[in-house]
Amino acid sequence: MNAYDLTLAGAPLKALSTGALWWPDQGLLCVSDLHLGKSERIARRGGTILPPYETRDTLTRLAADLALTHARTVVCLGDSFDDLGAAQALPEAEKLWINRLQAGRSWIWVEGNHDPGPVELGGSHLAELALAPLTFRHIAQPTSSAEVSGHYHPKASLSLGGRTVTRPAFVYDSDRLIMPAYGTYTGGLDTRAAAFAPLMRADARAVLTGKTAIAVPMPR
Amino acid sequence: MRALPPLFENWFSTKGWSIHPHQQQMLDRADAPSLLLIAPTGGGKTLSGFLPTLIDLADGTHQGMHTLYISPLKALAADIQRNLMTPVEEMGLPITIEARTGDTTATRRKRQRADPPHIFLTTPESLALLVSYDDAPRMFRGLKRVVIDEIHALAESKRGDQMMLALARLQTICPNLKRVGLSATVEDPAAIAHLMACHPDPCDILLADPGPAPDIQMLRTTQAPPWSGGGAAYAIPAVLEQIKQHKTTLIFHNTRAQAEIFFHNLWLANDDSLPIGIHHGSLDRDQRARVEAAMVRGDLRAIVCTGSLDLGIDWGDVDLVIQIGAPKNVKRLVQRIGRANHRYNAPSKALLVPANRFEVVECVAALEAVLAGDLDGEPRGAGPRDVLCQHILITACAGPFDADRLFAEITSAGAYAALSRQDFEDCLTFCATGGYALRAYDRWQRLLQRPDGLWQLRDPRAARAIRMNIGTIQDSDTLKVRMRRNRGGKPLGEIEESFAATLTPGDTFLIGGQIVRYEGLRDMTVEVSRDAAKKPKIATFTGTKFATSTQLSARVQQMFTQDSWPELPDHTAQWLALQRKVSQLPQPGRLLIESFPHDGRAQTVVYGFAGRNGMQTLGLLLTKRMEELGLSPLGFVATDYATLIWGLDPVEDPAPLFDLPALQDGLETWLAGNAVMKRTFRASATIAGLIERNAPSARKSGRQATFSSDILYDTLHKYDPEHLMLQITREEALRGLVDFGRIKEMLDRVGNRIDHRSLSRVTPLAAPLFLEMGRVPVKGDAEERLLAQEAARLMEQSGLAQITPAASSQPRWRNGQ
Repeated sequence: MNAYDLTLAGAPLKALSTGALWWPDQGLLCVSDLHLGKSERIARRGGTILPPYETRDTLTRLAADLALTHARTVVCLGDSFDDLGAAQALPEAEKLWINRLQAGRSWIWVEGNHDPGPVELGGSHLAELALAPLTFRHIAQPTSSAEVSGHYHPKASLSLGGRTVTRPAFVYDSDRLIMPAYGTYTGGLDTRAAAFAPLMRADARAVLTGKTAIAVPMPR
Repeated sequence: MRALPPLFENWFSTKGWSIHPHQQQMLDRADAPSLLLIAPTGGGKTLSGFLPTLIDLADGTHQGMHTLYISPLKALAADIQRNLMTPVEEMGLPITIEARTGDTTATRRKRQRADPPHIFLTTPESLALLVSYDDAPRMFRGLKRVVIDEIHALAESKRGDQMMLALARLQTICPNLKRVGLSATVEDPAAIAHLMACHPDPCDILLADPGPAPDIQMLRTTQAPPWSGGGAAYAIPAVLEQIKQHKTTLIFHNTRAQAEIFFHNLWLANDDSLPIGIHHGSLDRDQRARVEAAMVRGDLRAIVCTGSLDLGIDWGDVDLVIQIGAPKNVKRLVQRIGRANHRYNAPSKALLVPANRFEVVECVAALEAVLAGDLDGEPRGAGPRDVLCQHILITACAGPFDADRLFAEITSAGAYAALSRQDFEDCLTFCATGGYALRAYDRWQRLLQRPDGLWQLRDPRAARAIRMNIGTIQDSDTLKVRMRRNRGGKPLGEIEESFAATLTPGDTFLIGGQIVRYEGLRDMTVEVSRDAAKKPKIATFTGTKFATSTQLSARVQQMFTQDSWPELPDHTAQWLALQRKVSQLPQPGRLLIESFPHDGRAQTVVYGFAGRNGMQTLGLLLTKRMEELGLSPLGFVATDYATLIWGLDPVEDPAPLFDLPALQDGLETWLAGNAVMKRTFRASATIAGLIERNAPSARKSGRQATFSSDILYDTLHKYDPEHLMLQITREEALRGLVDFGRIKEMLDRVGNRIDHRSLSRVTPLAAPLFLEMGRVPVKGDAEERLLAQEAARLMEQSGLAQITPAASSQPRWRNGQ
């Protein structure tokens, strides 16, 4: 497991290079913004017909992280499905796959703006999850602390002597951590975007995902 | 011989003109199903194309559209409209002429569809859009002739393929449509005739008198060109002198960045304040229009330009063409030269200005080729299937269609004449369902086959998105540049997004001939302020980069075998002699490789002479082999004659790198993961309708941008490697950007005759490579190593490495658990 170790409100956490967050003390694995069923939703709405493999790819990576961490609890931090229709329309094989992943562990769907209601899959459905000292919710609240959220799909760019490397990234400071999007068909919002300024303190860091998890001062 | 009607005869004689022989021949053969005219610039080509139309329309009886004119440039359509109005007004002909391009207003477009003019001028993209409407049969009813101007320019690209498919559609609507193509001098007229014919009907070729040979020379300068670089600043005084001696001079550059720098330098040296303008595709439209208008009025003495002025707009009295930088391609050079003396039967005057000493060699080789009439070109191969997919979607927009009839229609276009039914079916399936091995959501397919067998859009609203996506020109992602003001300053032009990403506030760059300072990014617009004091950073505009042709490369290599070079200026001859002394010159039939340290990296140069695209591919293949051999390559840059690779470790023995079977084996796996393939995929997937072009509004909203096409590519490659889009990407890459054919040919020719020189410093021949644009990064081990170094440096520098953000142990690197 390649990870960057950090502490949020006293809780030691590991930002995995895969984009998942691992809380060893709780045996909890958190992933955000899976956007399962995105290609189905786009096709349904009369858009283009994208390769329908993103759910398979996302679940493959999630299964690998579960195998690695033996997580007892899984938190999907909102926007797990591209919309509720996409959740319903998941092919049977992929629904069964999710069921298999859920077996023997507690599974929490935190609701997001794309999937604001319960889904017909196992696990419990919550608006947010409080697990002292941390709170897991989809969209960060500027006044809160000890908060883990998703929604913004942060990505960070670094300039390496004439070349720019851009990767999905965790961003965190002493108050909060914002997760990168875990889903295969997800874009990203640059950490320099205005949305991050009111949320993140001056000493915030970004942890780039990829082959290795690498921390840098959050580019702004 | 068909005589001119008296009205026309009189008009010609009041002008003091007589009809050119080829104009008469075009008139005589006006009933041929297809006719291609090859004539030099200024040969009255346009009138040849339109004369039969004007005569036919003179009696005022024709109802509806009569002649469709298609040109590659919007500006050309507007120009032709002006030119045609002259005879129409002077003879009082009852003819309506209108243009339609992307710039035409919505109300006017609507009216044009309801009440089309007799002569309708447009571009391939607008034509494709028009045939996508269900009222196309009404709009084009009565159409008799189509005139395709500058067809040689269209024939080189997918725009031409798209246009011919749209014409196939029109031919079904108007079965008696006659086609006329107007072309500049080309090496293979039969190839163009094949493209424009409506098969199985033939397309005859008319060759006009090519006119007198051009007067073309190298510009003599007192100062020698530099060892490297593309600016040609050394030639500024001599160029200024030429501008003074001529009425109007066109100064062509190969790239926009070079044009900007040259214009800047020219202006600094312009003590007499001669009126000089700049014109290229990245400049704001209003600015370009101002320059064009000034040129037509004859207010400008010179224009610094790029390919944006390549085509035959009549810009007034140009009496000199200067080509800065090596011309890369003899045919294009001849066509550019033709821009001077836009009059028939007067020799065109042109000067070549090499930007550095290598280009001196190339210019001399090109001069010899022009004088020998040795034009070059590569055959284009079968029609690309991404364009076909787009055409199927366009057809569906116009209404339900029958697959058999569509197939018959498509195969009447030359580029698709050999299309197999299976390939067509694959494209149709792709348009309908996506064509994936996994049939996940067939209920949402894009095209449905109805019970009566016809195909139609599942959701008619999809037509809007398809129409917005029409076209084959790949826009790179660019950002607008504006002066910073309280309320949106003056727009200056556009720069590439990737270039904008490298800017930090305070950086300066050139645009439209002025130095500006980067202030920041607001609402996806680059805001700048004026900054006269500093030396600018260089804007990396995408100028089209042409590959030096096989023929020209061979001429250059042959020159290297000479003992001495009396035909070259001394400075260049000495430079080659120096290269021969410190290393050696590349020899035909052998492959020279140089290795030396520079800039703190291990550098390796391979002189393959396989053209820019081929050398780019070689760079990709070699860096992959180097990665496998643990040499940590960081990146490479390719020119027409060499590839420069830099990395962390030096190459000691090149032989294992050049094993042809290994390179070929690597080709397939390599094709999978490299940046060129992803770029090709993005282009083809956009054309084929898998990816929609980002609407400007969507980008401006700035929320999570749509995920990148790279992700789609990776996903397809992983789960559906035989998918049509990947097949198309491979085909496109192999013939276009990859050009593996030239690499294979080079390696076969060379065999094991490799000359490897390990040297202590940069060689004369290698020096220019260090200033080349278009460096390609290798995303391998070295990137991870650099990323770790840079992250450590940033953490240290910011002080974050010392402080702990919370009450825990210090962050640390972990390798595995």
